[in-house]
Amino acid sequence: MSERQQFKGRSAFIFAAMGSAIGLGNIWRFPYVAYEGGGGAFIVPYLVALLTAGIPLLFMYYAIGHKYRGSAPLSFRRLSRGTEAIGWWQVGISFVIAVYYAVVIAWAVRYIGFSISQDWGEDPEGFFGGEFLQQSGDFSIGGGFVAGVFVPLLLIWLFTLIVLRMGIQSGIARLAQVFIPVLIVIFVIFVIQALRQPGALDGLNALFTPDWGALASSDVWVSAYGQIFFSLSIAFGIMITYAAHVKRRTNLTGSGLVVAFSNSGFEILAGIGVFAALGFMAHASGVPVGEVVESGIGLAFIAFPAIISTMPGGALLGVLFFASLVLAGITSLVSIVEVVIDAFEDKFNLGRTASVAVVGGLMAVVSLVLFPTTTGLNLLDIVDNFANNFGIVGAGLVSVITLGWGLRRLRDLSGHLNAISSFKLNWGWLVMLTVVTPIVLGFMFISEVVDRIQEGYGGMPSSYVGIFGWGVAIGLIVIAIILSFVPWPKGVVERERELLTTGGER
Amino acid sequence: MDLSAIIMMIIAIVLVWGGLVAALIHLRRNPDPEDPDEPAGTAQPGPGYQ
Repeated sequence: MSERQQFKGRSAFIFAAMGSAIGLGNIWRFPYVAYEGGGGAFIVPYLVALLTAGIPLLFMYYAIGHKYRGSAPLSFRRLSRGTEAIGWWQVGISFVIAVYYAVVIAWAVRYIGFSISQDWGEDPEGFFGGEFLQQSGDFSIGGGFVAGVFVPLLLIWLFTLIVLRMGIQSGIARLAQVFIPVLIVIFVIFVIQALRQPGALDGLNALFTPDWGALASSDVWVSAYGQIFFSLSIAFGIMITYAAHVKRRTNLTGSGLVVAFSNSGFEILAGIGVFAALGFMAHASGVPVGEVVESGIGLAFIAFPAIISTMPGGALLGVLFFASLVLAGITSLVSIVEVVIDAFEDKFNLGRTASVAVVGGLMAVVSLVLFPTTTGLNLLDIVDNFANNFGIVGAGLVSVITLGWGLRRLRDLSGHLNAISSFKLNWGWLVMLTVVTPIVLGFMFISEVVDRIQEGYGGMPSSYVGIFGWGVAIGLIVIAIILSFVPWPKGVVERERELLTTGGER
Repeated sequence: MDLSAIIMMIIAIVLVWGGLVAALIHLRRNPDPEDPDEPAGTAQPGPGYQ
């Protein structure tokens, strides 16, 4: 790691980590999850999940990266020989997520323009799957390329790789220091614009009216933990990678609290903006808010276009909304790709240019070959589900069990953070990571396995689910184990031991 | 909006955004140490370090 490869100070690190955490999920997933999970009452499981799992896990991964000064696989390898595969598993998950995440950003780029021209006319749903994405509906890969997605996707990848080539400080941190403030300004204008519409308060009413009975449901608690877990980008290896590039004497826990609360603060803001807009739509259509509520792709690319067409001055709202998705998405994409690039840099002794060109280039090619096609939407759907629910949850579960119960290294990690950080970790942190998170993540993982075995996924053919769902999920683990047997360049693993014992600066 | 919804909205905003403000204040009050020298004590290998 050269000097170029360090965050200049903790504010650069905080911005980069915020850029990573604040992503598409904050805008299009949280509002729906909160609404479904008891409305105003959801704040209870949400904050409990943040404090008992989100923040403790964030600190754990910071500590691993900061103490062992390497990419996810290298940090795990230095922690203990047998855990390197966990790092590669995270690298694989990041690889898979990045190749489809970029595609959604490409769609959002096009929808900035569509918001002005309103190309979807009267039928946003038909336009999205038909005219725009030209989906055949086949459960296969390949088919023809869709130029309208391919070109913006190519540009997104070029932009991302240029930023990454510029390095940790000049590329990633500087991007976040510009994009995050711009995102916040644009998004606040979006929220104000949405709140000024008739029916907006009905939307807020629907979002915040508490349904206390929902708290008795275990599903609501699991979805609160799931939201915190996915939204904070904790088990992708990003936090290990970033923390490895932070100066030795940095207040990591104090910084982590800012990152975690700003991520949640943005989610609350998104909930207000999205539900104000949905309230307007319900008001205009004369239906209850519950009938227009959507999440994810359906919210962004089907419900929002309908709102934009109905609202006077809707084009402005649309531009603000999709520009927010693009800004939030790109800062997250950059962080996800960095996990992969950094890992291969360490393992194969690659220079920055080589790793960005070869590894980043490979990711771009995979993304460009598989997704801007007439079969891309189904593939994105299934890979997204399995990468998140098996990959992220599985890797998170395995890391807490390994560190907390297998190697018993958590006390050691808390000691590392406490030596400099202002927010001290005590026995409570250990309890959260050894008891609460393994139980919650274990429950999520097992119930997802059972559901998928019993129900398949989304009515898709079982052979398709087998190859692109299970195949990808299990393939990532197999590849991770294989990569962990590839020998490290001479001296790389040991270099850190020397640093630790001599206390040398790098 | 119903009273219960207004109350829950205020609680959510106060807790989350208040948490953010508190975290920012906490961070400002605890600047990183200026000394560029690495004290040996900050990164001692733990037990079982391999």
